[in-house]
Amino acid sequence: MLTKQKWQEALSRRHGRETQNKFENATVAICGLGGLGSNIAISLARAGVGTLILIDFDKVDITNLHRQQYKASQIGMDKTDALKENLLEINPFINLIAYNVMLDENNVFQYVKDADIICEAFDKAENKAMLVNCVLDSFSDKKIVSSSGMAGFGDANEIKTTRINERFYLCGDRKSDVNFCASLVSARVMLCASHAALKILQIIKET
Amino acid sequence: MITINGDEYESEMTGKTIKEMIDTLKFDERTIAVELNEDIISKNNYSNQVLKDGDIVEVVSFVGGG
Repeated sequence: MLTKQKWQEALSRRHGRETQNKFENATVAICGLGGLGSNIAISLARAGVGTLILIDFDKVDITNLHRQQYKASQIGMDKTDALKENLLEINPFINLIAYNVMLDENNVFQYVKDADIICEAFDKAENKAMLVNCVLDSFSDKKIVSSSGMAGFGDANEIKTTRINERFYLCGDRKSDVNFCASLVSARVMLCASHAALKILQIIKET
Repeated sequence: MITINGDEYESEMTGKTIKEMIDTLKFDERTIAVELNEDIISKNNYSNQVLKDGDIVEVVSFVGGG
């Protein structure tokens, strides 16, 4: 029978007990549960991050299945509910806090204040800018990992992680806009999501 | 000399506010974050913060998708 202790031991064998303890004690807020956010959540859950705050207002749509970590059987469900189900199937011991809300500059603080690291995973450029500016303004101690530019079928090697300053990291190619590329492909979006998830895990590991 | 996104400006940006710089260089204020000497400048201060010689600015422009 799978127990929390066995789960933690299995993870400790993969990345060491000290790292496992750090991951277990970390709280990450994932703002947006689409192509980026759902993939980042899965990576963090598999790595053993203890608490995820999941924030999205949207429902699972058939066009999401192309790149987002939802199933056909979940079409019509709130993304928060569907992703919680999927994450608990992977890591039954993870602590999940879900908010079915649309974030704006007036409510960001209350929903992310308990997170150590905030992950920006929205799809609109204006909302990305809003969240990054809000988080860096409202908190002096929290870090934000954001993503920009993952559309199209361009070169995978153009997806990068850049340190903008000690609290702000940016993943993506910083130029491929979905509105101009008119396409998204799962593999490229997941590549950007992996960059973000890895950066979040690195930050936790280095604290 | 003021450096903005790696480009050097001898004097034409000196004394301009962040807001004036954004308008001159045609950035879209809604989709950017502005870093001045490693600190992100709050949007409330775009019209107050004045650029001076030696400043290093990075304007991060977000694009859509995710």
